[in-house]
Amino acid sequence: MLRYISKRLLYMLMSLFLIVTVTFFLMRAAPGGPFSSEKQVPPEIEKNLNEYYGLDRPWYIQYFDYLVSIAKWDFGPSFKYKGQTVNDLINEGFPVSFFLGMESLLIAISIGVLLGIIAALNHNKWQDYAAMVFAVLGISVPSFIMASILQYFLAIKLGWFPVARWESLQHTVLPALALAAMPMAFIARLTRSSMLEVLGNDYIRTAKAKGLSQGQITVKHAIRNAILPVVTYLGPLSAQILTGSFVIEKIFGIPGLGSHFVTSITNRDYTTIMGVTVFYSILLLLSVLLVDIAYGFIDPRIKLAGGKKGE
Amino acid sequence: MQQIPKEMFQPAVANVGEAEKLSKPSLSFWKDVSIRFRKNKLAMFGLILLILLVFMAIFGPYMTKYDYATNDLMNTNQPPSSKHWFGTDELGRDIFTRTWYGARISLFIGLAAALIDLVIGVLWGGIAGYRGGKTDEIMMRIADILYGVPYLLLVIILMVILGQGLGTMILAMTITGWVNMARIVRGQVLQLKNQEYVLAARTLGASTSRIMFKHLIPNAMGSILVTMTLTIPNAIFTEAFLSYLGLGVPQPLASWGTMASEGVQALQYYPWRLFFPATFICLTMFAFNVVGDGLRDALDPRLRK
Repeated sequence: MLRYISKRLLYMLMSLFLIVTVTFFLMRAAPGGPFSSEKQVPPEIEKNLNEYYGLDRPWYIQYFDYLVSIAKWDFGPSFKYKGQTVNDLINEGFPVSFFLGMESLLIAISIGVLLGIIAALNHNKWQDYAAMVFAVLGISVPSFIMASILQYFLAIKLGWFPVARWESLQHTVLPALALAAMPMAFIARLTRSSMLEVLGNDYIRTAKAKGLSQGQITVKHAIRNAILPVVTYLGPLSAQILTGSFVIEKIFGIPGLGSHFVTSITNRDYTTIMGVTVFYSILLLLSVLLVDIAYGFIDPRIKLAGGKKGE
Repeated sequence: MQQIPKEMFQPAVANVGEAEKLSKPSLSFWKDVSIRFRKNKLAMFGLILLILLVFMAIFGPYMTKYDYATNDLMNTNQPPSSKHWFGTDELGRDIFTRTWYGARISLFIGLAAALIDLVIGVLWGGIAGYRGGKTDEIMMRIADILYGVPYLLLVIILMVILGQGLGTMILAMTITGWVNMARIVRGQVLQLKNQEYVLAARTLGASTSRIMFKHLIPNAMGSILVTMTLTIPNAIFTEAFLSYLGLGVPQPLASWGTMASEGVQALQYYPWRLFFPATFICLTMFAFNVVGDGLRDALDPRLRK
């Protein structure tokens, strides 16, 4: 187990190193320096600024400094907002994004699993077809379209929910739903197919022969095994919710890290883009690692020592 | 009991050839797959939808007298009518024409990304799986590291720096997109290469590339095809997503993503400007998803009835 975790950690660090390096060199290749704006800055001031930020030093020193500062959890300054660092942006925006993300994660998993189980228990009946049509539709509708649909009908036309902003729990419902729709549909399909496979197993028949009720069999025997693929999906799921939050936060005017990120893309605020990307990458890689480790604990059939991913 | 006269009995003629005859003509693997696929109503519906979409992408722009880029400032934000079937946008451009131009771009991006993924993925995964040993170890470690890199974040960074355009978008999508295909092909090749027919081919002196392209790849074609059909909607989604962030194809080119993102801003007053591109994004993704699912089911011999 320990060997497995350290091996995974090593790969994670290498992936992270790759993305940090790629962002660093891409940003260097970006057209225009950070201080070249419409307003002409006198050359002396530009020189001083460059010196202050270390931009006059050779690239390998800058690169090394950058790696060290990332390791110290310092993502550098924002070049567009004077006096604000990327860390400030993260500290300010991330709690909001985290709350929204957790809420939609909860919605996606609970409703998705429930739908999948209902569909599997009623295999080839109307409940099954209804759930699966719903799931295929959910997968086909991108989150930003879902967000606009929900906003248009539930908020503007029916007025059930506030249209935008981030003030009360009511405000969180629509964005969380829009964000959860696609993963929810995917989880429903995943649960259904693994549930169907599990229900065909011998030990389920044994349980039935023993005289257990359908409910007991489902809860005690089937779900525990059927849930495993959903656990493996949690890694990609967090990636999906995270990237989905960019547009959702923008649409609903939520002051989270995602909308800051989109704004920095529109403003071509290169240091912020770079810092937030690295922060997001760390977050995603960590969550994938956690899911992998958790998987090993949940499913005793998997021996992680082999170093292969739990498959 | 009724008496049956002896004359009514006749000896059965033993026909040696007849005894060997199979009750059903034997089907090739792909024929079998196509029969199973055609039985799947949802998948067939998706396929027909796809054919229609491709047809409209080719001929749709010629069905009106409008051009996708010409502004008509006297007729901005018109609702759908007999003149403009899908209405017009804020610059008075005909949305019907733009929708089908957008279809070309979206489908092109999807197909191009899937094809590039296919070529790199099959070569990389095939070589890694077939060679095995150190080569496999090194190649798959590289793939693992790339696999860890968050896909959309990398695509966003690349688009920000390399600038907007069709080419950069496809490049950005394929730079790590092929890893998935490579992993699947490698898995298949690992499984297949130890089969007797590969050994037989090798004994007969077949070259590695012949074994690869004549034996291994065709047998792995099923999973490759399914992965491809599921890559396409992903690429179409990514295009729409990037366009939404303002990183899509540059104006005045129409893509469903840019049209939808402009439509969202005008949703309250001119809902049709979102409705049409959004509907076709969803329909296309739906069609590719059900066709992909149908193919997977049709190719899985465990589901054979």
